[in-house]
Formats: sequence, structure tokens, C-alpha cells
Amino acid sequence: MAVEMRIALRNYGKIDPNQIEDYISRGGYEALKKALTMDRAELIDQVKKSNLRGRGGASFNCGQKWSFAYNVEADQKYVICNADEGEPGTYKDRLIMKNDPHTLIEGMAIAAYAVGATEGIIYLRGEYPQLTGLLRQAVDQAETKELLGNFKLSVHVGAGAYVCGEETALIESLEGKRGEPRFKPPYPPVSGFWGKPTIVNNVETLAVIPEIVLKGADWFSSIGDPEFPGTKILTLSGDVKNRDFFEVPTNVTLREVVFELGGGMRGDKKLKAIQVGGTSGTFIPESQLDTTIGCTKMSVIGATLGSGAVFVLDESRDLVDVNLQITKFFEHESCGKCTPCREGTMRMRELVEKVNSGQGEASDLDLITKLARVMSTASLCGLGQTATAPVTSTLRHFSAEYAAKLKE
Amino acid sequence: MDYKEILQDYADSPSNLLEAFHAIQDECSYLPEEAIIAAADCFGVPAAEAFGVATFYSMFSIRKRGKNVIRICESAPCHIDGAADVVAALEKELGIKMGESTPDGNFALEFAQCVGQCQATPVLTINRKPYLNVTPTSVPAILAEYR
Amino acid sequence: MINLTIDGIKTTVPEGSTILEAAAGIGIDIPTLCYHPDQTVTANCRICVCEVEGNHLLQPACSQPVSEGMNVKTRSPRVIEARRTILELILSHHPQDCLTCIRNKNCELQDLAEEYLIRDLPFEAKTRGLEKDTSTPSLFRDNDKCILCRRCIEACNVIQTVGALGIEKRGHESMVVPTLGGTLADSPCVMCGQCVHACPVGAIGEVENIDKLLAAIADPDKIVVTQIAPAVRLALGEEIGMETGALDMEVFVAGLRQVGFDYVLHTNFTADLTIMEEGSELLQRLAEGGTLPMFTSCSPGWVVFCETFFPDLLDHLSSCKSPQQMFGALVKTYWAEKMEIDPSRIVSVSIMPCIAKKFEAQRPEMNASGYRDVDIVLTTREVGKLLRMTGLDFGQLAPAKFDSWMGSYTGAGVIFGATGGVMEAALRTVYEIVTKRELENLNFEFARGFDGIKHAEIDLDGTVVKVAIAHSLAHARTLMEQVRAGECPYHFIEVMACPGGCIGGGGQPYTKANAKRIERIKAIYLEDEKMALRKSHDNPEVKILYEEFLHEPLGHKSHELLHTHYKAKPKKAL
Repeated sequence: MAVEMRIALRNYGKIDPNQIEDYISRGGYEALKKALTMDRAELIDQVKKSNLRGRGGASFNCGQKWSFAYNVEADQKYVICNADEGEPGTYKDRLIMKNDPHTLIEGMAIAAYAVGATEGIIYLRGEYPQLTGLLRQAVDQAETKELLGNFKLSVHVGAGAYVCGEETALIESLEGKRGEPRFKPPYPPVSGFWGKPTIVNNVETLAVIPEIVLKGADWFSSIGDPEFPGTKILTLSGDVKNRDFFEVPTNVTLREVVFELGGGMRGDKKLKAIQVGGTSGTFIPESQLDTTIGCTKMSVIGATLGSGAVFVLDESRDLVDVNLQITKFFEHESCGKCTPCREGTMRMRELVEKVNSGQGEASDLDLITKLARVMSTASLCGLGQTATAPVTSTLRHFSAEYAAKLKE
Repeated sequence: MDYKEILQDYADSPSNLLEAFHAIQDECSYLPEEAIIAAADCFGVPAAEAFGVATFYSMFSIRKRGKNVIRICESAPCHIDGAADVVAALEKELGIKMGESTPDGNFALEFAQCVGQCQATPVLTINRKPYLNVTPTSVPAILAEYR
Repeated sequence: MINLTIDGIKTTVPEGSTILEAAAGIGIDIPTLCYHPDQTVTANCRICVCEVEGNHLLQPACSQPVSEGMNVKTRSPRVIEARRTILELILSHHPQDCLTCIRNKNCELQDLAEEYLIRDLPFEAKTRGLEKDTSTPSLFRDNDKCILCRRCIEACNVIQTVGALGIEKRGHESMVVPTLGGTLADSPCVMCGQCVHACPVGAIGEVENIDKLLAAIADPDKIVVTQIAPAVRLALGEEIGMETGALDMEVFVAGLRQVGFDYVLHTNFTADLTIMEEGSELLQRLAEGGTLPMFTSCSPGWVVFCETFFPDLLDHLSSCKSPQQMFGALVKTYWAEKMEIDPSRIVSVSIMPCIAKKFEAQRPEMNASGYRDVDIVLTTREVGKLLRMTGLDFGQLAPAKFDSWMGSYTGAGVIFGATGGVMEAALRTVYEIVTKRELENLNFEFARGFDGIKHAEIDLDGTVVKVAIAHSLAHARTLMEQVRAGECPYHFIEVMACPGGCIGGGGQPYTKANAKRIERIKAIYLEDEKMALRKSHDNPEVKILYEEFLHEPLGHKSHELLHTHYKAKPKKAL
């Protein structure tokens, strides 16, 4: 039985996000107070031990990332919250920020103390302008209560670029430039915003930090899948009855997510496939739904947890048509800097369009596979590297749908 | 229009460039060339760079467009839930095609990518304000707010 | 030190080296496209990707630092597939008109397509369908050919600080465009042509005037006279399969006669003349409290830069025309008279390392002779093509002499081609005019070399003249900003728009690295050393010119023919 466990969303619906007193009355800012008494290396170690892995999709050990920045001597360091949430199907960060902005602020303040940063920035996607005021108000409230010490936090707004969810593209955007990713290494914890050590963490990652500090690493690491412990907010969309959000331990199965939490298929149709992790996620057939959602278990079936979006498609859905829409997305969102992605996303859309319109040949499918192989290994950033996962996974699991559309 | 007046509120940091462009667009719905030049001057960046920023982000337009910018999501969750029908309804109601502006300058019609309201597809935004569970029949009432 | 293995070969390199550098050290040449030895690494073309054991992603050699025990494969099947696919992607979005392209047989994309044996393009071949930009007389842009390596942008915005190029839009719609998306003429472009050197393909190049020249040569009524700039000869050999500096000047003259020029004269002659005029102008400003510092004005890209970015400081520019334009004004007056040739029949050609000179020649005021002073400007590259077309073996061709009255020159004229050369030439003359003594050592070492700004204090028997030399416009800008702020300590400043001076000019054989410019600079000073006459005021034909025609520097005739004025060039982007 899949049961919700709310850590990132612990205050959802229980507080007025406009009132800092509400947050404080439920234990808010106690974690920060505790963290400030801890040795910074010890604090980072705790977070590392908790095995909290990034909730934006990259899944890197959060404490490990902090330790890289901690180890660099610099006159200035930054903590940046990645609130760009551009992955289609995903709205979990919006839920956290709208209903509990202070958990994010507290998480950032703890991160800043840990690594030695005195400046923090929330990079908020341009599509969430309604949250700018709320976040800034929350920062003001925390500052007025002198909870943040010398940590200065500001909110900056994006302007419609999915690629700015990539941490180095986000940093470029924050520097007032085009959101084009940088090559790595150097990694942001060593050289990031204005060349300084920079931690970029997802909203959901930061939202659970206060609880980890208060309740300890062992508490967190014992929840869910030990290889990817804790909880994950999943946002369901598509042909499922409950298009809703759920925060669950990471050892629930995909089947439990769709058929228990999700309430099963709309119109009681049969499930054809689900796409987990957003529009760059792989398509998973019904036969693999007993996989649990932790990213290590997912990778065994060639899938990713990613942002935690779960997009459900029933038997009536044309997967080739859906994939065409996805290729259009990546064609539109490619930043254009590197050749494989700039040209490849356009060609991928062309090829899938050709197949979808009934003009495709078997050689086109081979070309799609080759192009995907090159894009996924030679592109400069995660966008190009993962853009072809939907097509390759549907070619693998649902090849008949493509074959059926080929020219006679 | 005195763009410098709008820009000076943001001039203290290059990080504010995107927000400064939003502020100008809030006034005139797009980024005129003079505004981009003024922003380059204000933020101390070359004009070519400011122009590159203005043309990179999908929410900015360097071409004049209607005052009220309607953006309809075409990402996969909205797509399978009938976004195309909403597009047809919008085009019919406004008498223009996607990518165009109404002759009276009141509306501009554009595609958008996921705006993060996937629990209530199809979704459109008008001047960045989201409208949820949009159907062809609810389109006229939504547009009426701006007529 | 880091130990690693590349293609099975063990090597040890300093920490911080990239895979590209480590491989080059053991003779493994990894192909690149967006990489440029004098620019910041961007790693955007992905051609140089390699397999690194333990990493499922391919790593770009240009940006990936080596690590202890790293095992790299630069030509594994995965790598070859990636490179070929990337090339197929580029070529499918690129015009297929190699045969008529300005970069045919001298194109980095062609080289890679050949090296990687691209035969079929599996993707639908298409182009962006953009109009060519022919808005300036110097440069054309063919954006359909752009492969978005972005090397031109760094050349324009960082090395030259002109900012005439940028990137617009996103994804496959992204394009390199002039400043606000208009034409080059709308932008602050100064036509220095450093973007041409940076471009690996034919997306940007000089406006060629070869057809105009061939028409003039074919016209029996026309008398085609050419001047040759000091920086041309030593680099021209590179265009015809010879080493830098190896093409003998008089063999070059013979070659030009074979191409069909009626008379071959030398810009070095007017370089020496410029020294006489400009040296006198400097001494006059120093004596009479004229506008100081005085800047040289022979680099037309620099002049346009001044007119665009520093229109308030135009009085600082010397009023002297460039040697090219002085020549043009004289060839249709003084020279025509002496040769008893009807000036209306003269087609005045110049062979330049420069493409801004194409713009300079058609500036409206450059008609002091009563005709257009310079009709056609050809770059070193264009002349290289003309010489190749003759089919001659330049190793065997018998040398020929320059024609008279405007063909003799000194070493001082020769060194105009290098950064610091104008300054050194000027000092050789000014020193002797002021002190009335002969210089013992003609070499002013401080003026030589690749430092961005060089400077010195010259003691002329008590009068101390503070001088500076800048090359590339970024350094020129630094000095101009000092002048604007009232903080510039110098009296006389030489500015060359191009890195290295004219030897690195936009019209020279494609110059990918500063190392080549430094090599050409060496050749120029060698040429100067070998000359019998090395001071401008010793040029015998210049002496005759003054005796018979001009009478004195800065005299009435000089002002009419050899001096000019400048005009602000407002650009909307600024």
C-alpha cells in the first residue's frame, strides 16, 4: 500500500504562507538555529550521510556537492536555488514555494552556512510570476526577524527557457546573459556564479534540509530505498484518474503510484505506457511497473526518476504522435550552442514527423537510433544528452507502433 | 517612452537584466530596439549582447505584438488533453492564426512550453497569468476579461 | 605532472593540460573546428570529442583536463561515428556550393569532410535561405554558411572590442548577426576583417574585386597601375606554396606584370612620404601647442573605430592620409604628369593586407586628384589567386624592377607593416630633424614585439617625447579612454587596428594563430636590416617629389593632396 509521507510538503495546507509565525509555530527555523551551532564540516557530513540526492533530476549526493564548495578557498560563495522547474509534467516546486516558502529559505540558509556563502539567489522561472512577491515577502520577514544573519537572499526571474534548468545555463542567465550551458569541468561548486564556488540545489532538495538537520541523517537514510532514501514528490498527469501530487517514500512501485495513488486509468482504459521524469524521461511499458521509483532501481530498467513527473498514457494514445510533440519541445528549447543538439533536435523532429506522417522508411528508424546515440554522448549538456530518451525508449518497447506507420 | 526611467530600478546588478526586460514588456508588450540599446547602456554590456538576451528567451519579443499576450501550452500533457482544440477555438474567436496579433492590437497569440500547471490541462496564460482546464467553450469568457 | 595514456601511448604532462594539448605533445592531432589557439575555449562544435575510459559521455579534448591514469581513445569507432555524424549534421545545413565558394580548397569544413570521408548526407539537405549581406564595400557575410563556431564573435567583441557581431535567437534558429540584427553597415563594424581570419568557412569574407581588375586589364584604353603595401610580399609566399618571407620582391613584380599590370609601384614610397608629412605635423603640434597626443591615421579600420566610438577625439588623429591614399592622390597627378599619361586613363590599384582599405578607397573625400584616387583595392589573398592563375613557377621566374618615380623605398617604409613600425620609422626621421645628427642605431627595440601596448620616452637633445604603440583595437580603446579622461601621458601614439599590425591584416593569407603573425613580423625586420637605405628622408624619389612638386612638407600642395579630415560615424547601437 502506497502511503504518503510529507517531508518537503510537511506544512502544505497547514500554514498561511504569508505568515512567518505560522512556519515558526511548526518548528520553523529551529533547524537553522541548530545548524549554526554545529561545526560546518560536521553539518556537511550529516547531509552526506543522509544520502539525500538531488531532487531536480541529476540525483547527485547533496552533501557531497556541498563539500566541494566548502573545500574551496574564496572571498565569496553562493547558494542558488534552482526554481526553474521547466520539465513538462512537473509542478512540485511551485507547490512547495506557494505553500511553504520559508522551508526553502531555511534550507538555503543552512546550505550557505555549511559551505561558507553569504549570498543566495532563488532563480524563479518566468512562468511563475505570481510567486515572486510571496518569496520576496518571505525573505523580508526572515530578515526582519534577524533569522538569516549575514546571509543575503534575493529572487531573480527567468524568461522562458527550459535549458535554464541546467545549473550552468541557470548561472549564465543569472549573470544577465543568454542561458547557454558551460562545459564541465569546472563544476559550479568550484567555479560558478561570477567564477565563484556556487551550490545549485533544487527547491525540493532544499525543502527537506531543515528536517534532516533536526531529525538527523539516520532518520532520513532509513526512509524508502536505501540507495535513494527519503521521499519524492510525484506529479501525475495524463490518462490517470487522480491528476494530483503525492509525496511518497522512494520504495513505492510505479504500479502503486498509478493504480493506488493515481486511482487507476481514466475511463478504466488499459495502460499503454508511462513516462517518468518529465518530457526527457523514458517510456516504461506495463511490464516494468513493479520497479520502485528510486533512481538506482529505475536505471536498471533504463529509466530515470528525474523530476518525479509521471505522465500516464492509455491504450488509445498514439505514441509516435506524442513523441513528435516531444521532439518539437526539444527543438524549441535547445539553446543552440553545441552542434549535436542544435542540429540534432531539429533533425529528430524532422525524422519523427516523417514517420508520423506515413512517409518514413526503416532506414529513418536506423538514422534516429544513430542520431540519438551521438546526441546522448556528444552533446554539451543534459538537454541534448537526454532529449532522445523518449524516442529511443519507445523504439525499444513499442517498435510496432513505429513500424505500423512506415511506408509500404 | 523613457526606458531609462524603468531601467534605473534594476541597474544595480547585471542579474536584473531579465527582470528589467519583463518590466519594459509589462509596459509595451515587447522590447523595442531603443529599449534594448538603453538596457545595454544601463547595464554596461555591449548592445549585441543585450540583443542576444532579448532574442534568446521565449517570453521576450522584439517584434511589436498585441497588448495582451496569450500563450497556450503545447507540451505533451496539454497536447494529449486537447490543446489543439483550444488553439482552434482561440484562432476562431480572435480571427487570427497562431503567432499573430489582432489588428486592434489587443491580443497576441503564441505557443508556450509547459508552464507547470499539469494537474489542470489544457493550460494557457494571458500576461503570464495561468488559466486552467481550458476548453473551447470557456475561451470566449476568458478573453472577455481583456476586451 | 599527470600520467595518462592516449591511443595506447603513455605520456606525462603538466597538471591542467587538456587532452588536446597532451595529444599534440605526442604528435596526435585531434581535429577541431571551434577551437582557436588565441581565444577562450568554448567546446561547442563537439568535433574534438574523445572516448575516456569509465565515462559513457564523450569528452571534448579542447576543454577536458587530463587526470592521473586517464585512458583516452581519440579515434575509437564511437568517436569516429560521433565526428562523422556531427559533420553530416553541419553539412546538411550548409550550402553545397564549394566549387564557387570563396573558401574553396582553403576551408576547415572541407578539410574535415575529406578527412572523415563524408560521402552521403543522410539528413535532408537544406539551408537557412538568408540573404547575403553586401552592405559594406569591404566585407560580405553569407549567413547560410555559418557553422556557429562563434570564433568571429570573440575576434570582434573581445580582441577588437568593436561589438559588431552577436548571436540572436535560440536552437537551430540561432545565428551570428550584426549588432542589432541589421546589416554590417548598420552595426559599429570597422571592417578590420579579423572575423575573416577567425571564420573556418566562407560565412564571412572580403568583397572581391578581381573581376573589376581583370576587366580593367582587358580594356586597351586603360593603364593599370598598382601600389603594393609593405606587409604583402612576405605573406604572399604563403598563398603560392612558399614559406613566409620567401617570395622575392622583384620576382613578385615580374609576376604582377605577367598578371597584366602596366606599371608596378610601391606603397612603401608613400610610407616614406607619410613619415615626412606626419613627422613634420608632429613637430608642428609639439612646437605650437596643437592637439596632443597625436595618433597615426594610416590604419583605416582604426580611423573608422575612432569616428564611431570616439568622435569627440577626432582632432587627435593626424591629418595625414594613409600611404595608400597619398599614393592614389599622387599617381593621377604628379606621376601622370611625369609619365605624360592622361590621368583619366589610369586605373589606380592597390594591393593591401587590409580589407578596411577597400572602404577607405571609396570614402567620398578621397578624390583629391580630381578622379577617384584609388579605384580598386585587392587583398593579398586576391593577388595570390591572380598569381596562381598565371600558372607560373615563382621559383624560376626572372625578377623585374619597379617602375619609376614612385617605386623606390627605404627600410623605414618596409617596417610600416609591423606593429611599432610606423613609430620606429617616424623616430628615425624626427630624431635626425630635431637633433640634426645621424642616429647611430636605427633599431628602436622598445617598438618591436607583440605586447598590446608598448611605450617609451625619447630624448631628442633635451626635448622628451613620450610615445606609445597599440595594436588590436582593445588596446587602442584603452589608450583612447585615457585620452578622454584627460589622463593620457603620451605625445604621439601609433595605432594599428589588427593584432601584429598590417601583417595580421584582414586581407592576409588566412591567419589562425598569433604565432604566424609573429613569424611575419620577424621577416619584416629582416627585410629592413638588409636594405641600404633605412630612413624615410633618404628616399631619393621622395626627395625628387618634394623638389619638383610638393616643395615642402605641410605645404599648400601637400594639404591639397595628402591631408584629410574625419567625420563622426554615429551608430544606433551605441
